[in-house]
Amino acid sequence: MAQAEDIILIGGSAGSYGVIVNMLESIPAKISSAIIVIIHRNAKYPTQMEKSLTLKLKRPILSAEDKVTIEGNNIYFASPGYHLLVEPDHTFSLDISDPVNFSRPSIDVLFESAAEVYTTRCTALLLSGANNDGAYGIKRVEFFGGTSIIQDPNDALINTMPNSAITTSSKANVLKNKEIINYFCSIK
Amino acid sequence: MVKLKEPVHITFEELDDVVYLLKKVADYDLSGYSKSSLKRRVQRLMAMESMDLIDLKNAILNVNGFFGYFIQEITVNVTEMFRDPPFYQELRNAVFPYLQTYPQLRVWSAGCATGEEAYSLSILLQEEKLLNRSFIYGTDISQQAINTAKKGVYTVEKIKSYTENYNRVGMNSKFSDHYTAMYDAVIINNEYRNSILFSNHNLVSDNVFNEFQLICCRNVLIYFDKELQQRVLNVFYESLSLFGFLCLGTKESLYRQEMNANFKVINKSLNIYQKIK
Repeated sequence: MAQAEDIILIGGSAGSYGVIVNMLESIPAKISSAIIVIIHRNAKYPTQMEKSLTLKLKRPILSAEDKVTIEGNNIYFASPGYHLLVEPDHTFSLDISDPVNFSRPSIDVLFESAAEVYTTRCTALLLSGANNDGAYGIKRVEFFGGTSIIQDPNDALINTMPNSAITTSSKANVLKNKEIINYFCSIK
Repeated sequence: MVKLKEPVHITFEELDDVVYLLKKVADYDLSGYSKSSLKRRVQRLMAMESMDLIDLKNAILNVNGFFGYFIQEITVNVTEMFRDPPFYQELRNAVFPYLQTYPQLRVWSAGCATGEEAYSLSILLQEEKLLNRSFIYGTDISQQAINTAKKGVYTVEKIKSYTENYNRVGMNSKFSDHYTAMYDAVIINNEYRNSILFSNHNLVSDNVFNEFQLICCRNVLIYFDKELQQRVLNVFYESLSLFGFLCLGTKESLYRQEMNANFKVINKSLNIYQKIK
């Protein structure tokens, strides 16, 4: 698969895993966009998330590796313990500098760097969580002309993160879980 | 933690200008650094100092001592003693038995920042009774970081989290055997400080300076682009004795590197390699 023209970013924290699985289950078998998922998780313990999702979804769930080109039809997960950034040449880079919003990887860091590189071809979704990570990232996605979607706080298990992003966003689409799933059914 | 003021943004073109200026004025070449990460660091420094781009360029050109400060701030100095305990366990189990066979050992902690990794290695070598025939070099691009490393003084706060790491490695001695605490800081024991030479070395432009049996360079390559990574790996390759070991960060694999045919994998997930030709 060639380098992706469009990317879809998904950022979630506490209470987001279930809906992320539902979203990934509903995407068509072949898409030209790349999907990058970032979930806060503790780096001190080994994680089986990529492995178990690969089995469950019957398609490869990749770890976003340093200096690897972002390709269409791929689903990448940000590795715990490292910030994930997008480079102007459409590759990933990792960074182990201080946590942002007590998080590493930080959703803000990924969203901001991807927004600047992919501009109007970047879509970012922010889901349930118990802190403020992602609000600034959503703002930057909008600034560069990308599309922003925030989970309806009423549908989020923990609504701190969506609420915080809605406050700072200027034009985000606030969607119910059902609408988010519909969106994923129709992505290209 | 420094509280950031309003975020500052620059474009990639503006970043290129700053990189060009640094090369011209100070002969430091940051053009091989990962752009997004470098841009973030530069923006962070500008926000901290309430600088716009003109202020920044002016400071680089005209303010005495600013350049050293700039390098200190844009290079990532986040480090821990015994970071990734499984790595130190594996070093002990899979690498040290080989090292036992050398009459003399030279170890290089490359990109050592404030020295935590170099001290961790010296404590590990001591545990295995190898320290008296070892010499460790700790090098970094930032002179400020090197100055801190030489002192071997760390806050009690940090030592708490280092102790957690240390205990997970499963050593025979207690962590507190290796330092002396006073007020809210500790100083690493003299024997360790005397076993390490800390000095300034720039992986971008400097070359081989000795022959080593063990090189640790963890979480440094991720800040470099592919081309610069290749250059640095080549310096490591040239610096290693035959059957010497190279240890990279957990996300820094040789797998996609041209260099990989010259190395045997000792541990795939911890990225420990042995030079075999």
